[in-house]
Amino acid sequence: MKKLVVLSLGVVFAMSQSNAQKIKGSETVLPITQKAAELYIKSNPKSNVSVTGGGSGVGIAALIGGSTDIAQASRKMKFDERQKIQQSGNTVKEVIIAYDALAVIINPDNKVTNLTREQVEGIFTGKIKNWKEVGGEDMKVVPYSRETSSGTYEFFKESVLKNKNPMAGIMSMPANGAIIQSVKQTKGAIAYVGLAYVNKDVKAVHISYDKGKTFVEPSVKNAVNKTYPIVRPLYFYYLKRHEAKVKAFVDYILSPAGQQIVGDVGYVTVK
Amino acid sequence: MFRKISNIIVKQLLTFSGAITGIAILFISIFLFKEGLGLFKSPAIEEGYALFVNSKNIVDNLTAKEIKEVFDSEITNWHDLGGEDIEIRIFRIDEIFQHYSDEELGEDYQFLPEKLAEVIREDESIVAFVPVEFAPAQHVGVKELMVDNITFSDYFAGKEWLPTATPAPLFGTLPMFLGTLLVSLVAILFALPLGLGVAIYLSELAQERIRKFLKPIIELLAGIPSVVYGFFGLVVLAPLVQKTFNLPVGETALTGSLILAIMALPTIISVAEDAMRNTPRAMREASLALGATHWQTIYKVVIPYAKSGISAAVVLGIGRAIGETMAVLMVTGNAALIPTSLFDPVRTIPATIAAELGEAPTGGAHYQALFLLGCVLFLITMVISITAEMISKKKNYKDM
Repeated sequence: MKKLVVLSLGVVFAMSQSNAQKIKGSETVLPITQKAAELYIKSNPKSNVSVTGGGSGVGIAALIGGSTDIAQASRKMKFDERQKIQQSGNTVKEVIIAYDALAVIINPDNKVTNLTREQVEGIFTGKIKNWKEVGGEDMKVVPYSRETSSGTYEFFKESVLKNKNPMAGIMSMPANGAIIQSVKQTKGAIAYVGLAYVNKDVKAVHISYDKGKTFVEPSVKNAVNKTYPIVRPLYFYYLKRHEAKVKAFVDYILSPAGQQIVGDVGYVTVK
Repeated sequence: MFRKISNIIVKQLLTFSGAITGIAILFISIFLFKEGLGLFKSPAIEEGYALFVNSKNIVDNLTAKEIKEVFDSEITNWHDLGGEDIEIRIFRIDEIFQHYSDEELGEDYQFLPEKLAEVIREDESIVAFVPVEFAPAQHVGVKELMVDNITFSDYFAGKEWLPTATPAPLFGTLPMFLGTLLVSLVAILFALPLGLGVAIYLSELAQERIRKFLKPIIELLAGIPSVVYGFFGLVVLAPLVQKTFNLPVGETALTGSLILAIMALPTIISVAEDAMRNTPRAMREASLALGATHWQTIYKVVIPYAKSGISAAVVLGIGRAIGETMAVLMVTGNAALIPTSLFDPVRTIPATIAAELGEAPTGGAHYQALFLLGCVLFLITMVISITAEMISKKKNYKDM
């Protein structure tokens, strides 16, 4: 009994001493942080890390509101979000913890293997309607997009479409899995997903950002050596005055062990 | 004595629970409409931002559609907007950081409005999209473009739904309204004859043994989660539709209707069958005794008697079809286009709400637009059930 009391007192003491930290935000980053938090707690039993999703926007809003210590985001902090933090007298720190490559995918029966950024833009904005315009068979192009609320959609729109809106009435699917399914069973389909989702049911096209001089295959290797162009960084944001509290975990993710996790869940490591 | 008191208590409790339900429904509808109608007070441009041009520019105001086309590079010359013949240059706030360093802009960006004014003053062809708090409005050589509020006709007659487009989101709901009606009506056209047929078979023709076996199975169908139906539709029905009709895509209005028909069937069958079986034995026997055949008894006695139950089945079926979200979200392709045939992809109102509400910033224009869609859905269902009620009442009078 005495032992139990001492033990529980010890636990309470340890908890008040430890730096409980909350991480919130992007669903894309979630697999990395969840796994990392699990292993981090295992090797530092005194620490306490809780991870929740909700989307990049939600995470950053929580950081501004003070209900989270780290916001994880699959996009860069927007100007007005940064502004809100500065108004509250804080400065925000940004750390890139991993990269995610976006692959443009088509049906495996489609003969096309190479597309330039301009051609992909033409397809998604509705200017290119037939595969023969980009060197394929005489077949209608069926572009699939993600729902407008998705971070993947925002990055694709910014990087590939150069901030233009996709054509009115583009087909939009609620999840990456549904996109893969639709591309698999639709001959003229074209869509985009994170590299980690590409499988043998779909074909990832080689992309050129220099008007057709070099076409690069989407792969982790090409994303690491920076030859593949459609790569987005994944971020951690935290307030500078909380640096001491969150530093240990951020360092853990950037350490070789942490980056090993990044690679294991299908993303591209920072180093 | 005790009995009297307990009677009173039960009575009070029943009244109370009725009142609570009524109030809850009232509150939900008020909430829905209050949030939804706020949309028409929002400006057509993203909240907290404004558009600025060089003061030499003769264009004074733009519509939301024009702004979208300018920023999509579909309109590239001021001439098309009633201005002079110069090419439009688009300027977003982030570009300022390429021109000036953080020091030049000041610690709290206090020099930002000045620098913005500088950029705008230098270029006659510019249109700048900047936050209101850094608006260079009071500087010389800069003019703010006037943008109207979102109007009733923008919302209900607009043909483009681009709720997250910057700087000017477009909230045209006509394609979704028509898409919802098309998918649900076709679904009911499939489900009603089939459902009533099965109901008649089960209640009048089937042997007791078969009925006891079939009825629970059909009712079990109603308990399957709609995501499962959706996945079944995406993996099985969509390729089937695509191959049968030789279409470029399998995610069409027809696929959605088929899946909805399958989902509405158990409700229709179960309710209609119960109503038919409730026909008093005496009425059937009287009909048969008068020399009517089995079939004549069914359509002259049983069906008229069960009419109000059958119309309830229809309303519940339509309600299920119109309000269904997940299954439709997965199989109709969700393209916000006005459908011209059953083989076009469509986007329905419930699917739109389900897909977008989670990420829409609370209280913003997008959020309000989605709530207003909820109101539209509410009104459609109400009109349908009132009509069904009126029809079934009218017929009953005639028969009496």
